[in-house]
Amino acid sequence: MKQKLSKLLLGTALSLVAATGAFAQDKTIKIGVLTDNSGLYADLGGPGSTLAAQMAVEDAGLAGKGWKVDVVSADHQNKPDIGTNVARQWLDVEKVDVFVDVLNSGVALAVSNLVKEKNAVLIDTGAATSDLTGKACTPNTIHWVYDTYMLANSTGQALVKAGGDSWYFLTADYAFGHALERDTAAVVTKSGGKVVGTVRHPLNTADFSSFLLQAQASKAKIIGMANAGGDTTNTIKQAAEFGIVSGGQKLAGLLLFLPDVHALGLKVAQGLNFTETFYWDLNDGTRTFSKRFSERMKNKAMPSMIQAGVYSGLIHYFKALEAMGGNPHDGAKVVAKMKEMPTDDPLFGKGSIRIDGRKIHPAYLFEVKTPAESKGPWDYYKLVGTTPADQAFRPLSEGACPLVK
Amino acid sequence: MQALYAQLLVGLINGSFYALLSLGLAVIFGMLNIINFAHGALYMMGAFCAYFLLNLLGIGYWWALIIAPIAVGIFGMILERTMLQWLTGLDHLYGLLLTFGIALIVQGLFQNYFGSSGLPYAIPDELRGGMNLGFMFLPIYRGWVVVFSLVVCLATWFLIEKTRLGANLRAATENPTLVRAFGINVPRMITLTYGLGVGLAALAGVLSAPINQVRPLMGADLIIVVFAVVVIGGMGSIMGSIITGFALGVIEGLTKYFYPEASNTVVFVLMVLVLLIKPTGLTGRAA
Repeated sequence: MKQKLSKLLLGTALSLVAATGAFAQDKTIKIGVLTDNSGLYADLGGPGSTLAAQMAVEDAGLAGKGWKVDVVSADHQNKPDIGTNVARQWLDVEKVDVFVDVLNSGVALAVSNLVKEKNAVLIDTGAATSDLTGKACTPNTIHWVYDTYMLANSTGQALVKAGGDSWYFLTADYAFGHALERDTAAVVTKSGGKVVGTVRHPLNTADFSSFLLQAQASKAKIIGMANAGGDTTNTIKQAAEFGIVSGGQKLAGLLLFLPDVHALGLKVAQGLNFTETFYWDLNDGTRTFSKRFSERMKNKAMPSMIQAGVYSGLIHYFKALEAMGGNPHDGAKVVAKMKEMPTDDPLFGKGSIRIDGRKIHPAYLFEVKTPAESKGPWDYYKLVGTTPADQAFRPLSEGACPLVK
Repeated sequence: MQALYAQLLVGLINGSFYALLSLGLAVIFGMLNIINFAHGALYMMGAFCAYFLLNLLGIGYWWALIIAPIAVGIFGMILERTMLQWLTGLDHLYGLLLTFGIALIVQGLFQNYFGSSGLPYAIPDELRGGMNLGFMFLPIYRGWVVVFSLVVCLATWFLIEKTRLGANLRAATENPTLVRAFGINVPRMITLTYGLGVGLAALAGVLSAPINQVRPLMGADLIIVVFAVVVIGGMGSIMGSIITGFALGVIEGLTKYFYPEASNTVVFVLMVLVLLIKPTGLTGRAA
């Protein structure tokens, strides 16, 4: 009995200590970069995302203002179970406050749930699925860079307008591919086109010839590639072999990143149209950052929009924390503050975060330059159209996010 | 029906890679008793070798077909001399673990320097373009891959099963001591065999460079399927691995047509079935 009592007292005392600790201004932040460090998406996020996070920490100068900021990184190998395991350990043991990157929609949806349960923050710059701000939205998640709806809207509409009114989809068989296919098909149908067929391939496929032959046989004017990373580059390369483009069909890259174009080479990639929200050569702000970034990358790569998003997202996160004065551990409160403040950084310009967690900024439709037009390494895009921030993303009312009333 | 013919042909193309790779594995297993998990990494090195030859030295595809297998083969022989030879007589597991470790190291190093998205390698000008076969548009390069790998596979089979050199080799695996007594340098022969198996992997790498991106993980993705092919064909059986390689390519191609979602797993389903019914593989002899 006596022992029980002393245990109880000890417990109370400890919880008191913990409680008073929380009242003091706690100024330690732990950032977790959860990404694909070794697989087919590693060049899009991966080590570059960790570098971007470190650069954000350095540039924000919080260390000089009494804050202690740590960056940790882990590889989720594109597997939701591994991703959630790491996330759980980060939340329970390492006390990570904010997750960034988290590319791969399958992993992102799983981690987003967990982050909400443990009241941390997720600034997702890598995953594409628009469900993160739709039916799966949470008060702890911000979707920073792009999403499937935005891509579909910008690229899909532009292509239908240019006469591409029948579509065949080549879709990566998981959450991301399905979402991208669904959103694009909706835009195509709405703009007066029709979808004649679809084939779903497993993630990380090396040989696309079977799927391409089916697409070719469908006679659709546009072959929409609802996949990403190595899957997309292999599709494009092999489509050239099977004479798909020379046969009169057009390939639509629904999600392509700068490193993909670099990997394909301009000879194969030239003329492709697709949408991104960041490109290193947009203005002075993006150029200065990208040069610094590239100098610190092992292969001297320019940043992808996912990596740029990690920087931009963290800069805003730090601003919100500074405004709050401390206590970064109540995730929902931090996110609410972030939504309250307008965003402004050299990479994505001025913008805002909506109630459903969607970060808003303009979307750019690019065309890949021909080898003759390119002036040097990484000079790959020309801008052919801009969708203003307020029209680029899905309207709040259509997302079915429970936070929107 | 037309689409079906096209899928069959596409399956044959993939089958050529399976056949070349599983053939190398079968040779190595048959002669050295090593389960060579580094095979995928060596295949990848072959592709990278072709890339470097072109971009650093300006040496084109045709020479790469000869130089890359030799260069990677020499690398393989160094591996055999310095590491694998110490494992003779030990359980298979040791060789498997060692080669698996080598694969991880090699892939890690390449990934560290070249990233994961890979590097472009163009189809040689002579093999550009395609033919219209009526039921499909066949890229000339793919046709070349099927014909060339078929020739290489048969030549290897001939070398091992029908020549004196091959006979010595097979004898040396049966009873090394006795063969030594005839004045044949068995260790050197084994090193050369490993080099040959590795060279076949590198050759497949060069062949695939223009089709796929030259990526550090290109072998890691493929090697598991190839192992399934070897298991189905029967470990160590040369002809078995060639035939199963092509056959499984075709079966996979058909799956891609009828039920694409399962195309990644169909080979393994078959493997399980074969193991249940005939554990030594379709053409394997009982060990």
